[in-house]
Amino acid sequence: MAFTDAQLERYSRHILLSEVGVKGQKKLQSAKVLIIGAGGLGAPAALYLAAAGVGTIGIADADAVDLSNLQRQVIHATPDVGKAKVISAKETMEAINPDVTVNACRMFVNAGNVMDLISGYDFIIDGTDNFPAKFLINDACVLGKKPFSHAGIIRFKGQLTTYVPGQGPCYRCVFKQPPPPDAVPTCRQAGVIGAVGGVIGSLQAMEAVKYILSKGDLLTGFLLTYDALKMDFRKIKLPLDKSCAVCGEHPAILAPFDYEQAVCDLNGH
Amino acid sequence: MKITLAGEKKEYEEGLTVAGLIALQQVETPEYVTVSVNDKFIQGGTFAETVLEDGDVVEFLYFMGGGR
Ligand SMILES: [Zn+2]
Repeated sequence: MAFTDAQLERYSRHILLSEVGVKGQKKLQSAKVLIIGAGGLGAPAALYLAAAGVGTIGIADADAVDLSNLQRQVIHATPDVGKAKVISAKETMEAINPDVTVNACRMFVNAGNVMDLISGYDFIIDGTDNFPAKFLINDACVLGKKPFSHAGIIRFKGQLTTYVPGQGPCYRCVFKQPPPPDAVPTCRQAGVIGAVGGVIGSLQAMEAVKYILSKGDLLTGFLLTYDALKMDFRKIKLPLDKSCAVCGEHPAILAPFDYEQAVCDLNGH
Repeated sequence: MKITLAGEKKEYEEGLTVAGLIALQQVETPEYVTVSVNDKFIQGGTFAETVLEDGDVVEFLYFMGGGR
């Protein structure tokens, strides 16, 4: 279907780019991206992907908007406090761009539902805030052969990498298993500057857009680290681990499974 | 000997191990850091016996769990 005049105007700054054009904008329109976690990372990622005209955006989260979220989760506003995050996020995305179909999935993602959840999407964005979820998403995407963007933020720092099936290491190649519950601080315990989520979440959206357009170089095989206080970005090469438990030559993990959740993180739910 | 850690080249004493370098850097959670030397991962249990050499390029990779 051809773009309407209003759509041509809406996406004119994209269409001007030789890497996008009308053809690329069509690719965005037919793309399906899933964002897991409608928080500090998921909020900016969702805003940019909706504004960019990604045709179908899934957003999964079990929580309701809390006052303490608003310092960084820019997709939610003060009147949304108490509302399901996925509903608040859906309303904001649809207000920005009515072209976008938003699938709001109010759920805890776990081993029992993750394969089904990711199956309909072209690219997954991990915007979760805990290690069990990050390992679960990694394993599910490796097993389900889905490209995804992994990211983490804390205090003044953030980092991200992109996994594309068959093209580089996964999260588990680098980090074998989650640290024991409560061993490594999370945002809830340690704090985070809101704009760090904005920087890293926007980069996750950028990776999704580049993947959809098949343009440029993705962060496959690299971890991009950001230190806001030092104002330093570093791109660290990630070796492939042939003995990786999920993407290696003889994988031990053949189905997604759940790790125990840190007690301090459960308290917040 | 000179070792490049996190992109910065510095002078270190001969015989320094990966575990020794982690201790020198006062890493926040040393038991959960992933280490690569010359673009190869060092196995978790072998930090104390892995001796660094002049010219090695070392990276520390940290868990970062936040996001929401
Ligand atoms: Zn792997």
